[in-house]
Amino acid sequence: MRNIVPVLTVTLALLIGWYLAVVPMNAQWERDQAARADTDLGFTTLVARTMSQDRPRLPAPHQVAVELWDSTWVEEMTGRRGWWNSGSLSNRSLVYHGWVTFSATILGFAIGTGLGIVLAVGIVYNRAMDASVMPWAIASQTIPIIALAPMIIVVLNSIGISGLVPKSIIAAYLSFFPVVVGMVKGLRAPDAMQLDLMKTWSAAGLAVFLKLRLPSSMPYLFASLKVGIAASLVGTIVGELPVQQGGLGVRLLSGSYYGQTVQIWSALFAAAILAAVMVGVIGLIQRVTLKRMGMAQ
Amino acid sequence: MNQPVIEASGLSLTFQTNDGPVHALKDVNLTIGKGEFVSFIGPSGCGKTTFLRVIADLEHPTAGTITVNGMSPDAARKARAYGYVFQAAGLYPWRTIEGNVRLPLEIMGYSRAEQAERARRVLELVELDGFEKKFPWQLSGGMQQRASIARALAFDADILLMDEPFGALDEIVRDRLNEELLSLWARTEKTIGFVTHSIPEAVYLSTRIVVMSPRPGRITDVIESTLPRERPLDIRDSREFIEIAHRVREGLRAGHVDD
Repeated sequence: MRNIVPVLTVTLALLIGWYLAVVPMNAQWERDQAARADTDLGFTTLVARTMSQDRPRLPAPHQVAVELWDSTWVEEMTGRRGWWNSGSLSNRSLVYHGWVTFSATILGFAIGTGLGIVLAVGIVYNRAMDASVMPWAIASQTIPIIALAPMIIVVLNSIGISGLVPKSIIAAYLSFFPVVVGMVKGLRAPDAMQLDLMKTWSAAGLAVFLKLRLPSSMPYLFASLKVGIAASLVGTIVGELPVQQGGLGVRLLSGSYYGQTVQIWSALFAAAILAAVMVGVIGLIQRVTLKRMGMAQ
Repeated sequence: MNQPVIEASGLSLTFQTNDGPVHALKDVNLTIGKGEFVSFIGPSGCGKTTFLRVIADLEHPTAGTITVNGMSPDAARKARAYGYVFQAAGLYPWRTIEGNVRLPLEIMGYSRAEQAERARRVLELVELDGFEKKFPWQLSGGMQQRASIARALAFDADILLMDEPFGALDEIVRDRLNEELLSLWARTEKTIGFVTHSIPEAVYLSTRIVVMSPRPGRITDVIESTLPRERPLDIRDSREFIEIAHRVREGLRAGHVDD
């Protein structure tokens, strides 16, 4: 916890900067309102009003915090459609939408990671794949996902696949790449001497893979997984935009339709918190695994 | 000489590189008998490591014949005829010392009980008992190299091939490991092929010293040691030792004139 002070300092600086930006961003609307009502605004009133608008250009941090609280705890515990009163999550709460996004992210991450590892093994063990797969993998990442996502959804829908899976496929599309790159590097990490050593023991190919290449690749794999799960979340949110069946992406889009900036910002924060938690969990698994392997840094 | 274990005749190996062919070995004839301790000494590029790697089937000769235990090197490797110790210990950082010693045993399909028993025995042999549960980074360089020797001894290969195993260690640690290696050799009666840069090390350890010279890599002299099998460290101050060392140095110099 020795980095808590720097983290808090940066957070504080960001909050101050944010508050300072709120006033000029929202002041014009207040001045127009005041002019229309033919009243004079004092400076303190102006500042106070810029921080409590219904649809500010830039909501103040406390507005976002209140919205986050209202659309999670308050909605679920007191809302008519909330979990407490109805027994199921409310479709107006970020808990519900966060869960929709989370489940698609995890499924996509699992597919992407699996695919990435399989491709990496193929690249390391098969010369034809070594020569052919990587350029395609790189090319796949240069296509903007926002252009590709609707096509994937339409194509899959036409063969009867809808719901969770299409979003997960888009998430997998983004998350397999860092895993391929990291695992190829990791599986090739053993040096010539370690491979020679295996040869002197007449080790079979499977033994070389399981006892040398796979363990060598673990630090690389975990670094890739952290990038991969964040990419998977982005893919899921983008995939939710055209589908409109719940998820943080839907909250972002409907917020922008109706000018609900506070809702947009709180959905953004929900996504950021979700990403931080997922990356944190992978970091934890990494620490435990590498420690048990005696490789903790 | 005892029953021959390694027999090379007319052995040549040429690497094809972008700068043209490199003659790593040229017309090498050598027979190593059972229980011998043979050192290979010479400047870099003289083919001493290449010769060891040919014995181990890690390189393939381009001409001539070589047999190990009467078999081709390939068959001998598959029959697990030798243990190989590299210059770096090459222990797996994610395995404990015991786990590293067990590794070849796991690969060769020994039972768990047998693995534990053998690991215990060889770690005792290299005086690493008590360090079974440590990870490699918790040990000094000398101890890591001892662990890698234990790993090479864990399965019952009767040949031990060592490629500058102590090259990266300091003089004091090296002296101790040399002494220990000799007593280990006396106890296990293995045949040892040992590559080194150091004249005193070669003379101190070997029953025979093979002097090699580069471009093309070839044998220029084979010196039978007249030292007794029992060798305390201070034998290095004896007249006999100095004479053998002198002859090795002469051999190395003679090979160098060609440059």
